[in-house]
Amino acid sequence: MKTGRGPFYLLVTLLLITGSLLTAYRYAMFDVPWMPGEKRQIWSVEAQVDFIALGEPVKVSLAIPDSQPGFERVGERTASPGYGLAFVENNENNHGRRAEWSIREAQGRQTLYYQVEMLVDPDAAGAETAVEPPISRVRLDGPHATVVNLILERARERSADPYTLTRELIHEFNRQSQSASLLTQMKPRGAWLVDMLHMAGIPAREVQALNLEDGRRRQQVVNLLQVFEGENYQLFDMHSGKPGKQTNQLLWEYYSAPLLDIVGGRNSRLSFSMIEQEVPVNRMLEEGTFPAAQNLLDFSIHSLPLSEQALFKGILLIPVGVLIVSLLRIIVGVRTSGTFMPVLIAMAFIQTSLLTGLVGFILIVAAGLMIRSYLSRLNLLLVARISAVIISVIIMIAAFSVLSYQLGLTEGLKITFFPMIILAWTIERMSILWEEEGPKEVLTQGGGSLMVALFAYLVMSNDVVRHLTFNFLGLQFLFMALVLLIGNYTGYRLLELRRFQPMLGERA
Amino acid sequence: MAWHRLMRLLPFRRLSEQGVLGMNRRNISYISSYNPRELYPLVDDKLKTKRLALHHGVTTPELLGVIEYQHDVTRVGTLVEGLDNFCIKPAKGSGGKGILVVSRVEDGVFYRSNGQELSLRDLKRHVSNILAGLFSLSGSPDVAVFEALIEADDSLRDYSFEGVPDVRIIVFRGFPVMAMMRLSCAVSHGKANLHQGAVGVGIDIASGAAVRAVQRNKLVLSHPDTGKDLQSLRIPQWPTLLDLSCACADMTGLGYLGVDLVLDRRRGPMLLELNARPGLTIQLANGAGLLPRLRRIEAFTQVPQMTIAQRVAYVRKHFASVDAQRNSPPQFVPEKCSG
Ligand SMILES: Nc1ncnc2c1ncn2[C@@H]1O[C@H](COP(=O)(O)OP(=O)(O)O)[C@@H](O)[C@H]1O
Ligand SMILES: [Mg+2]
Repeated sequence: MKTGRGPFYLLVTLLLITGSLLTAYRYAMFDVPWMPGEKRQIWSVEAQVDFIALGEPVKVSLAIPDSQPGFERVGERTASPGYGLAFVENNENNHGRRAEWSIREAQGRQTLYYQVEMLVDPDAAGAETAVEPPISRVRLDGPHATVVNLILERARERSADPYTLTRELIHEFNRQSQSASLLTQMKPRGAWLVDMLHMAGIPAREVQALNLEDGRRRQQVVNLLQVFEGENYQLFDMHSGKPGKQTNQLLWEYYSAPLLDIVGGRNSRLSFSMIEQEVPVNRMLEEGTFPAAQNLLDFSIHSLPLSEQALFKGILLIPVGVLIVSLLRIIVGVRTSGTFMPVLIAMAFIQTSLLTGLVGFILIVAAGLMIRSYLSRLNLLLVARISAVIISVIIMIAAFSVLSYQLGLTEGLKITFFPMIILAWTIERMSILWEEEGPKEVLTQGGGSLMVALFAYLVMSNDVVRHLTFNFLGLQFLFMALVLLIGNYTGYRLLELRRFQPMLGERA
Repeated sequence: MAWHRLMRLLPFRRLSEQGVLGMNRRNISYISSYNPRELYPLVDDKLKTKRLALHHGVTTPELLGVIEYQHDVTRVGTLVEGLDNFCIKPAKGSGGKGILVVSRVEDGVFYRSNGQELSLRDLKRHVSNILAGLFSLSGSPDVAVFEALIEADDSLRDYSFEGVPDVRIIVFRGFPVMAMMRLSCAVSHGKANLHQGAVGVGIDIASGAAVRAVQRNKLVLSHPDTGKDLQSLRIPQWPTLLDLSCACADMTGLGYLGVDLVLDRRRGPMLLELNARPGLTIQLANGAGLLPRLRRIEAFTQVPQMTIAQRVAYVRKHFASVDAQRNSPPQFVPEKCSG
């Protein structure tokens, strides 16, 4: 206490200075604004092609998107060491834009990257996507023809225009499950829907789109139905019949061409990562065109591949959560079960969305406590008992997922984001607490943890906080300094005011 | 430091005026400043404490046996055979967790102090839970200690319900600075641990008489189960207990220590356990903050030269409680008091 404080304050000061300088430098040199919002939203989407080359010449052709309603393409780049690259533009054939890589000889595992920057722009026209497909003649025979005609007839009765007809067709498909399964034995639902729309004289096609969600990795395209009416089109989900929204769905392939074509390779896999970036408006105006994201944000995290950046977006929030837990425990005096469990729960809440997360957490812990109280009667050794709790937590999660999916609550699937081992330990601790100190203590500590988790979640999911932590790495040094300072706090905790209340009461 | 100034501005001011020691300050300014980490195992492990006490001639409850490995759990039967009463505890437990007090054995049925019946199978399960580390601080493997039952001194009988009361004395740099008696009651399951619901009675350092009492951080006047008026409590052999607490602190080398003593009806004062992180409720029970007393001792530079008797005399003179003397005639009249 009396010695060795000097170096401590020096360290804290150094951290504070480093942090502030880095942050200020980043603000001044790269023009990154303090606040989100006064900026344009840009989606960076990275397609990753993995395959195994067979030692022959390799040709890879990947469908790539162009400007379209809602999005304007402002930049693209590729990473493909040793490969020759050509962008084949739309007008050369009728296959839309494609990236074509080629190499004379390649052997073994290969990875190619294509990244595109899409500016969110509600006014973007992008006539390219609105090109109607030619209406094909559909020839049918036997039972299929009867069924198709029946479905089409029914749907037509209930509809007024191409869009309502599409919706009714999909509903009819869902309703007449027997006829539907007869049809889908021959070809998939999407193909039938396109055929039926063509029979009704309506231009339509299947397209492949990405659902844009910030910070997602290893995503796949989804198939949507694109239905035209004159100049305009609408997208439909082929199972629910709901019209798609264009703000968070990016059309990736919309020329009825294959998504990925590989000659000279096998076991190919295509996956997508995406993150949302905010770019200042004034900056874009100044330069006339949008500068490549690399130049603009070329600093630390931003030079990493997109999928790693997406990962870091979450990781960089952890210090904020940890800071909050330290604050609440040391300055306020909240008791939690498991020191940093609340941060992990908050992270899970971010993935699952708050309500689902809360309901899921409470359900799992409550059910876990019941199972655990049964296990305690079986006279098991501790390690085996915790293992049993872990397994039952996993079974429960699986059961909840299946059940909620069956009930049509796809939200329920997100329950898998919970850290299961941690949950199992929480359950074990709480049940001991219950046996030793009664349900009240369980509520205090469980409630305390949940409250801290909630608070951490609110801060960590705040737009400003997310923006700041992701864009200003220097802040991490400031967090570090703060945590060190808090660790040195010898003052009273807020809750001690209440604890020692009886001492303040009467004495003169 | 800056914190001190901050503390005066905020609503904490009144706490600070009372000299209340808060959790953060206890951790930083006392525990980690005066307790060298390498000495912790001496007090965190009850077996080590017992061995140390034996070496220094300090009485502790008789050790009946130790079970260290899961495959020895079958030995529980032979260990407790022929015993009328005993206590099983985890060597590295704290806060009363995992302590099983068997006060009566009849026809192979074990009765806890609250009357709950246990079979040999239950005992074995409890022991294997202890071994797996269920009750130890970080969940690390532990050993189960079998101890002779402590039976409370007759004069203290009515103050405690279904369990032995113990005396907690905070010893700072060898000086006993504050004391409290902890009385078990029905809600605390025969254990004298405050956050299990036991009653804490502040004890005047000078006289061994009660100052006031708290249960779950609230003031109480009489024992919730036995109805006994707590103000009349007066600890027998108080000077001996103070000496014992100093001896315990000296043998560990820890600067800020909670010493838990018991008064056995046959064997007299003895050491129950030591605690390197003693709690803060003792201040509530005494209606006084620890800080003024700690600061007073911190001002000393020549501590090692004082004998136990000198230190005890010093604290009895300077740390006497005003409240206790008003309420009951003291055995020992200090020449001067300062609060
Ligand atoms: N040998 C014993 N005989 C009777 N009661 C005991 C015995 N040992 C412990 N206890 C009871 O259990 C309580 C806690 O025991 P203690 O050894 O202090 O462990 P802990 O570190 O968990 O506080 C004591 O206050 C006392 O009431
Ligand atoms: Mg104890």
